Amino acid sequence: MLEIKDLHVSYGMIEAIKGISFRVDDGEIVTLIGANGAGKTTAMHAISGLIRPDSGQIILNGQDLSKVQPHKILKLGLSQVPEGRRIFAGQTVEENLFLGAYIRNDREKTLNDLDTVFELFPRLKERRSQRAGTLSGGEQQMLAMGRALMSNPSILLLDEPSMGLSPLLVSEIFRIIDEINKKGTTVLLVEQNAKRALQIADRAYVLETGLITLEGTGDELSHDERVKAAYLGG
Amino acid sequence: MGFLSYLVSGLSLGSVYAIIALGYTMVYGIAKMLNFAHGDVIMIGAYVAFFALSNFGLPIIPATLLSIVVCTLLGVIIERLAYKPLRDASSLSVLITAIGVSYFLQNGAQIIWSSSTKVFPAIFQSGSVSLGGASISYLTLITIGVCLIVMAALTLFINKTRTGAAMRACSEDKGAAILMGINVNHIISVTFAIGSGLAAIASVLLCAAYPSVYPTLGAMPGIKAFTAAVFGGIGSIPGAFLGGLLLGVIEIFAKAYVSTQLSDAIVFAVLIVVLLIKPTGLLGKKIDEKV
Repeated sequence: MLEIKDLHVSYGMIEAIKGISFRVDDGEIVTLIGANGAGKTTAMHAISGLIRPDSGQIILNGQDLSKVQPHKILKLGLSQVPEGRRIFAGQTVEENLFLGAYIRNDREKTLNDLDTVFELFPRLKERRSQRAGTLSGGEQQMLAMGRALMSNPSILLLDEPSMGLSPLLVSEIFRIIDEINKKGTTVLLVEQNAKRALQIADRAYVLETGLITLEGTGDELSHDERVKAAYLGG
Repeated sequence: MGFLSYLVSGLSLGSVYAIIALGYTMVYGIAKMLNFAHGDVIMIGAYVAFFALSNFGLPIIPATLLSIVVCTLLGVIIERLAYKPLRDASSLSVLITAIGVSYFLQNGAQIIWSSSTKVFPAIFQSGSVSLGGASISYLTLITIGVCLIVMAALTLFINKTRTGAAMRACSEDKGAAILMGINVNHIISVTFAIGSGLAAIASVLLCAAYPSVYPTLGAMPGIKAFTAAVFGGIGSIPGAFLGGLLLGVIEIFAKAYVSTQLSDAIVFAVLIVVLLIKPTGLLGKKIDEKV
């Protein structure tokens, strides 16, 4: 469904991604793990169009996203939950969710999807008319995820969804990611919390300073000595 | 003239400032730039209305509509040609470009229409109503009324429409707005269109009260309205409204009770004091974000 081929991305003079290739098949959860500064977020931004790659291809269902205007990428079925959530703090929970459905014209189905999001995140329903900036960190993460789901994407990109959350909330977020996937949405997950990410992932890639150094199933990498030493605390 | 008359004329002048300030504040809120050519769009609007009224003999409403259309297009063209190529440039480059556009429009007007003042025709009946002993002209009432209508319409547009929601999203976080599938360039164009259309309305109200049209006509109201926008909290729509009205009232009171020559100095002194106490302006954005 999503295939990245020899992607190079730079910030000014600094090459952050030095030619990576990976793929996400239909229905999978694929995770990209790596340390801070390895280039995970840069890769995510290149896929969702927030940064233009220097070279390489990002093929979503046969179409090269690097040649599509950024705001049109969502319409092709790829939705991103950005690092740091980036919810619209001044707007209500419900307004945020409707902005997630901005590109849609099917009012009735949108309202159905709003109900689905509220089922997935009952807290958001309780707080639907509250300003998003007043939510707790965990609730903001749920809102960012709910907002991304409102476009009814076929593939969901999640960038560090567990960042800054308590262990209990982290478990909750990962359980929900699994649930979203079981309902038929393909997931590409970027995480520093390698242990949790590998537990739910079908396949995984390890990104180190702009290059993919290892790949395998989630299970394989959980038991790989190098991964254990570097990312799973020995 | 008594206190009440001064207050009402202050509100009337302030209404014009408020309508202009809305253009500054909306563009700042969404494009994060100070469009110093905004005052000169008012000047162009005044010339268009002048020619429509005097040369083509159009009635006031069609003349105003024509002026709105021309200014709206002008605003969009200025944004497309002058500011859009600088989207990723430093804010200083954009600011200097805006000043350049301002001079370009002023000098362009001078070449085409000469620097001699044209007299704007009287467009409203010169009658007045009496209110609590003060006599208030129709023009004053119309100006305040138009400002209230503009403010109400704009508030509804921003809060109740899909484009309004997209504008609010862009003003908070453009990157996140792109992820929502919002075409940010399109939203910026719409913002310039609305701001410039409002400048045309302001130009007609302004020229009805001060009936002379000349190439630097927009400079002083422009800078005053910019002050009003900062006074109220730049980026805030209710702030522009409040800032505009207060500035108008302060200016008229200063003229009436202190000194005509010092009125502008007093206006700017009040601004300085307000910014010293509250640097974000009266209704400036407080960002209450929990991490």
